[in-house]
Amino acid sequence: MSADPLTRPDTARRRPAWHVATVAELAPETPTAARLVLDVPTWPGNDAGAHLDVRLTAPDGYQATRSYSIASSGETSRVVLAVDEVPDGEVSPFLVRELRPGDQLELHGPLGAFFVWQPSRDDRPVQLIAGGSGVVPLYAMAASHAAAADPAPFRLLYSVRTPRHVFFADELAALVGPAFDLDLAYTREAPDGRQGDIGRITKDTLAARTIPAARRPQVFVCGPTGFVEAVASWLRALGHAAADIRTERFGGT
Amino acid sequence: MSFVTRGFSGRARERDPRLPPGQTLVQDWPVLSAGPTPRIDTAEWEFVIRDETGADHRWSWDELLALGVEDITADIHCVTHWSKLEMPWRGVSVDKLFENVESQYDYVMAHSYGGYTTNVPLEDLLDGRAWIAIEADGEPLDPEHGGPARLLVPHLYFWKSAKWVRGLVMMPDDDPGFWEQNGYHLRGDPWKEERYW
Repeated sequence: MSADPLTRPDTARRRPAWHVATVAELAPETPTAARLVLDVPTWPGNDAGAHLDVRLTAPDGYQATRSYSIASSGETSRVVLAVDEVPDGEVSPFLVRELRPGDQLELHGPLGAFFVWQPSRDDRPVQLIAGGSGVVPLYAMAASHAAAADPAPFRLLYSVRTPRHVFFADELAALVGPAFDLDLAYTREAPDGRQGDIGRITKDTLAARTIPAARRPQVFVCGPTGFVEAVASWLRALGHAAADIRTERFGGT
Repeated sequence: MSFVTRGFSGRARERDPRLPPGQTLVQDWPVLSAGPTPRIDTAEWEFVIRDETGADHRWSWDELLALGVEDITADIHCVTHWSKLEMPWRGVSVDKLFENVESQYDYVMAHSYGGYTTNVPLEDLLDGRAWIAIEADGEPLDPEHGGPARLLVPHLYFWKSAKWVRGLVMMPDDDPGFWEQNGYHLRGDPWKEERYW
């Protein structure tokens, strides 16, 4: 029985701690999601792909805590979240609808040292695969990659309902260049003239629109559980090693 | 440090006393995995306990089941803030596996198919507190949830209940496993909110 250890974090970790955040900016991100720009003076910075916990407290002391991926990265006290409203949810509807600039929130983080990407590690290509709001940590990686002018080739395959549901649409479009390819796959409605392309991602989509296994990309997959489960198994069938595939999921079975 | 969040009232006014602090009750069953789901045929599956002499104690799937499968009702608590209560499980008590294993070591590293590890004090696995679970909610354990067999240590946060478990290696010290190296707490008691370090 071999230990077969996975990659260990090899830099000093930023220890998670509680922080007070003040809402600096709020804007609709998609028809169901909001972008939250938070000022967190004590934030130690975070790796691209990390997440944090948000804790809300009611007047009677009742508390609710949820985890959210961070859309920003690096040494900054400005933390960006993009929160999709979960129907019948308790915390996300508050964050999306009720929050106002100047409001304060408690955050705990940064969290997660495995589903992260750090610049200048190697020149291995990186394939990002997102389903819906699962693009948030992957956007952080793509933005970090661009900000660092890192030479590793990046490609993002992003499955999304309609053009209006694309998170960070302008920012992602602006990142496209020699080292970053963006593939949008629409499941419900495509931009004009592309109606033939509508549908869920399949194994064939992955074969045609992602970096092939022969190039040994590091692959990050984030999205709803069913999406990630299907994509990860197709990636294995296409020849990617399990150790090259990192996943993050939300929702249940 | 907590302060009232302006405008937030929350929903669950009656807090279930079985929920540890910071946990929310869910009805579905969220999946958290760091990579692809391994698929292990029970015909190939085996379970190993390695003691400090390096000797391996091995069980095939049928040999595991022959030790006696028992019904378990357990509350489970994930570090990502969800809990499920009164969940029906079936599995083999870890006590049964240790009946013929002698060890002076106080800690174990649980190893999984796929390469994941998590460290657990031996005392947390004995005295009817841990199982090799093979069924949940009346069904064979789905691969996404760790099937064919996962460790079940319900009194600790659920990442300690290693999915796709294939063995336990005795160790003298409480060395961190995979999730623990990546920031999760060394022990993970949900009632003490031992989430991260």
